[in-house]
Amino acid sequence: MMPHMLLANANGGVDFMIHGIFSYEIFGQEVWITTSHVCLLIVVICMLIFFFAAGQVFKHAKAVPGYLQCALEFAVEFLDGIVNGAMGEKGKGFRNYVGTLFLFILFSNISGLLGLRPPTADYGVTLPLGLITFSLIRINEVRYNNLWSIWKDKCSPLPPWLPIWLPINIIGDCAVPVSLSLRLFANVLSGTVMMALVYGLLAKIAIGWPAALHVYFDLFSGAIQTYVFCMLTVTYIGSAIGDNEETVLKRMIRRSKEKKAA
Amino acid sequence: MEFNENFILGCSAIGAGLAVIAGIGPGVGQGIAAGYGASAVGRNPGAQGKIMSTMLLGQAVAETTGLYGLLIAMLLLFVKPLISK
Repeated sequence: MMPHMLLANANGGVDFMIHGIFSYEIFGQEVWITTSHVCLLIVVICMLIFFFAAGQVFKHAKAVPGYLQCALEFAVEFLDGIVNGAMGEKGKGFRNYVGTLFLFILFSNISGLLGLRPPTADYGVTLPLGLITFSLIRINEVRYNNLWSIWKDKCSPLPPWLPIWLPINIIGDCAVPVSLSLRLFANVLSGTVMMALVYGLLAKIAIGWPAALHVYFDLFSGAIQTYVFCMLTVTYIGSAIGDNEETVLKRMIRRSKEKKAA
Repeated sequence: MEFNENFILGCSAIGAGLAVIAGIGPGVGQGIAAGYGASAVGRNPGAQGKIMSTMLLGQAVAETTGLYGLLIAMLLLFVKPLISK
């Protein structure tokens, strides 16, 4: 078809699409294993090896740290700083998840430098991450606030007996996972497309200098998008929790104990 | 009126070009934010780390709408959803 002439060149063309590797039938549906699955598997295996090594280092931690222990302590303090900065002391329980999320997205974005097609350049990887954030926000909102204060918050600028603003606030809440996932996806995909254009169209003269483009698109942009995703996750969860110190359940248990004691 | 496939492809190409005009917004906005960031560092050079991370966070969020336009352009060019099969 005519448009493909634009993308064709002598060396095989510009190729940033996802390719199916093999397909199989399950319950009558055709399911494909694609390059995204393979790249995701490689990233996850590398992360597991790294985490296993990090666990061994921390198990035999020395008072005067070696290089790897220093780097790992820096990473853990950095993640603690992000979570505590936005959520305060309530954030202790979230540090593990946000840390894993940070490292997964960082490794995925950087894997473009190593020749893989980054798994985050597939919307099927970033949308679940956005949906997990969305469910964390909703669950914590219900855990820490009783229903009347949630209703008051959703009808916000107007008084709670005039719920005109309610659908607008609900749409704003539903826009959170969409914008989080699309931001990460579009940034990584545009980096992948640019690098594929350089290697596809300028293949004869692309020797050495594409490394500078990789530094911008893969390392810099990937790191910034990771930081933004995790900061926004932590900020949204913190604002959904509000100023409450304990969950609704604990407050009910404490009040029933006080009533029994009195 | 039957539209043939080349016509729809051509219109998709025009639409893709129009969609990327949305990149003007983040360009201007992020530039202004960077200007304020630079003058903040000028006023308080010791806080440069915090100012820079706040500025980068704000710029990455503001970039989102420009990226939506790029996403539509790429969908029109490569997924070609308007061609009926």
